[in-house]
Amino acid sequence: MTIAQRFPGVSRRNFLAGSAAALGGLSLGFHIPFSDEALAQDAAASLPPEVNAWVVVKPDDTVVIRVARSEMGQGTLTGLAQLVVEELECDWSKVTTEYPPPGENLKRNRVWGSYSTGGSRGIRDSHDYVRKGGAAAREMLIAAAAAQWNVPAGECVAANSVITHGPSGRTLRFGEVADAAGKLTPPSDVKLKDPKDWKIAGKPLARLDTVDKLTGKQVYGADLKLPGMVNAAIKACPVFGGKVASFDAAAVEKMPGVKSVVKVDDAAVAVVADTWWRAKTALDALPITWDEGPNTGISSASIAEMLRAGLDADEAFVGNRQGDAKAELAKGAPAGGKIVTAGYAFPYQNHATMEPMNATALYTDEKCEVWVPTQNGESSLAVVAEASGLPVDKCEVYKIHLGGGFGRRGNFQDYVRQAVSIARQMPGTPVKLLWSREEDMLHGAYHPTTQAKLSATLDAQGNVTAMHMRISGQSILASVRPEGMQGGMDPVVFQGLTANLPEGHLGYTVPNLLIDHAMRNPPIPPGFWRGVNLNQNAIYVECFIDELAHEAGMESLAFRRRLMANHPKHLAVLEAAAKGIGWDTPPAEGRGRGLAQIMGFGSYVAAAAEVSVTNGELTVHRIVAATDPGHAVNPAQIERQVEGSFVYGLSACLYGECTVKGGRMEQENFDTYEVMRLAQMPAVETIILTSGGFWGGVGEPTIAVAGPAVLNALFAATGKRYRTLPLKNHELS
Amino acid sequence: MARLTVNGRVEEFEAEPDTPLLWVLREQLGMTGTKFGCGIAQCGACTVHIDGVATRSCVMPVSSIEESQKIVTIEGLSPDGSHPVQKAWLALDVPQCGYCQTGMIMAAASLLETNPQPSDEDISAEITNICRCGTYNRVRAAIHMAADEKAG
Repeated sequence: MTIAQRFPGVSRRNFLAGSAAALGGLSLGFHIPFSDEALAQDAAASLPPEVNAWVVVKPDDTVVIRVARSEMGQGTLTGLAQLVVEELECDWSKVTTEYPPPGENLKRNRVWGSYSTGGSRGIRDSHDYVRKGGAAAREMLIAAAAAQWNVPAGECVAANSVITHGPSGRTLRFGEVADAAGKLTPPSDVKLKDPKDWKIAGKPLARLDTVDKLTGKQVYGADLKLPGMVNAAIKACPVFGGKVASFDAAAVEKMPGVKSVVKVDDAAVAVVADTWWRAKTALDALPITWDEGPNTGISSASIAEMLRAGLDADEAFVGNRQGDAKAELAKGAPAGGKIVTAGYAFPYQNHATMEPMNATALYTDEKCEVWVPTQNGESSLAVVAEASGLPVDKCEVYKIHLGGGFGRRGNFQDYVRQAVSIARQMPGTPVKLLWSREEDMLHGAYHPTTQAKLSATLDAQGNVTAMHMRISGQSILASVRPEGMQGGMDPVVFQGLTANLPEGHLGYTVPNLLIDHAMRNPPIPPGFWRGVNLNQNAIYVECFIDELAHEAGMESLAFRRRLMANHPKHLAVLEAAAKGIGWDTPPAEGRGRGLAQIMGFGSYVAAAAEVSVTNGELTVHRIVAATDPGHAVNPAQIERQVEGSFVYGLSACLYGECTVKGGRMEQENFDTYEVMRLAQMPAVETIILTSGGFWGGVGEPTIAVAGPAVLNALFAATGKRYRTLPLKNHELS
Repeated sequence: MARLTVNGRVEEFEAEPDTPLLWVLREQLGMTGTKFGCGIAQCGACTVHIDGVATRSCVMPVSSIEESQKIVTIEGLSPDGSHPVQKAWLALDVPQCGYCQTGMIMAAASLLETNPQPSDEDISAEITNICRCGTYNRVRAAIHMAADEKAG
């Protein structure tokens, strides 16, 4: 069927030229900026052009803020808009947002900067240039008004979308001068406000994207419907590294709705049908023979053994060294003191975003367009170009809000590659590829598994005179971003453990300290999972410090204070959390409290937990969390991120585990990959400190303290240490 | 042609009898507010009401539903987002990514029909939908708020 047949009255050329847009209007349920249709509509309505890349003001004073980072629930859309608007001086009630497509960014010399939405970087990496964008637009609007009045711009001020000429009291609305402002030369330098003068930024404003999420109107990638679109269900070889040997397409080709059965790259088969359910039904019936490849002998036990060997290996990469910990430990226990050693392990985790992976692709010989929920539109665009074989300027990506990201939708654009691969096999037809939950569980980019062995010497006074922390396990960078490796070493494995990196440094001073990593890379694809390596590093360090306090016969906050004298910001959040939970007063009978702190993603975080165990069941009664991100752009959204961090962190601590057997993951859905639900959710109280002078991230760091605070509280309540996760594998008592 | 009554309208569609209600809603009827999360009735993103009962539509074959049965989806919960549960959700700014929230709202609305003043224990027992962003405490607070509004 030709395009014209499917879209009567639409020529092939018009369809191709206007496809994004045609599809970008009402039919899609969301607006696509810069699409041909959007531009045509703007022209037809005599809408003024943008004031600058960040700001569009319409005649009715509606302000569109362009946001390059992706909204996946973390509130970055609202927070970044607050920063722009703070400088722009417009009426917050008239603000909307849009995503500039990444292809447009390339055409404009990357005017919007990075699209990468991960590492809790949305605000901390772009606060400066987005505020400058807002400030420059304000200056241009003021200059346009001043020119109209023929007065010096310095006599005019902007506030709440109105420009006022001080001496005469005359006013003009932003919408009245936007057209003229857009034609002015942008100012070369603008002065930003001191955060203490903020009126929009820094305030606990409601999110901009809530209403449509309450009525079903919000369109996620999985919901997308394009004219003439077909649906694809896919199955890749469940064994990592395996391939498709053969499949019997004829067995399912006559099933209802089936249009084609296609091989996707080497490793997967897809069925394309009129509806996704019919595609999936046929795929389930499709006989496929796999060439399972070289990894069928890999199991959780073999991986654990591989890592265990790394714990005592001679060779390791050094992440933090002070003095000579090995020599000190080799001397044996100090007089009246002791040596304490403990081993920990953290298993594979799946991101398990609620919206399964998906992408919709439309390929022709001239152009390839993809609609996708992505944490990095530019990564998606690069993969579209590569997979389509077209030059990047013939490709475009339209971003859609994500139904969860957590790191799965950033670097890993496997589903985009697959969607384009299928679409190339049916040019001119939009194809929506949607993974089943099983596919999502079997083909994750897993939080890597690691083990750690910690040894320390305590002297007679309970001072830690030496500590060696050996991490053994998988590097994410080695697999995912090898260009980030430093002389064979993965620096990211030391998150939160370095001596002095602003991204996250250890909050304890130990005179003889060695933290090193024996890299052991099983053939399981690893990925950045919300919190990344800070998660297990915090569990290892914070639980071990708690063990040392106990072995030294000291109360754990007092013990930590002695080690933290040189780390006042780490200590401040810890003290705040401890005070919040009532550390100085005993908990109720049967309950125990635990503490944890760490620095990561540029922020200082701590948690205090109160738990009990009854009939083998753990109850987390209460958490008090403290976070110091330097500046708080939206305290209400920070609270939500902190609360959510306990769901993500405790889901892993209590239940999360992907186990390997026969070279594949055993868990395929939420029945076996359990996650925290409402019934297990503790009360969370969030304390936000803003010590200023730096900009830290919020979305991830608190996850890391969730586990160790609860594990330490569990020890306080039961007298037992649980050093391997998840807790569901232990009989608690 | 099969028929179902969805949001007060009789809808005609063609689908194999064992097609889950979720997919008929989303694909044949174009109502995508009801979400696909797991396909095995674990996560609750697909929750709709059938004769007022919260039901996980991803495992409910359309052939098992009579035309006389009343199906309500998020699109039909209220004409304009004014159901007390939706209003409470807005007031407390509950959603993060939002993907699970329509199912969460449908589950909450059904709970309040059978139990107008649920305790914390009732909410913990009845609201078993999965949210990975971690909105649970605000979900709980919003259910209490909606209960109070319904009670006047």
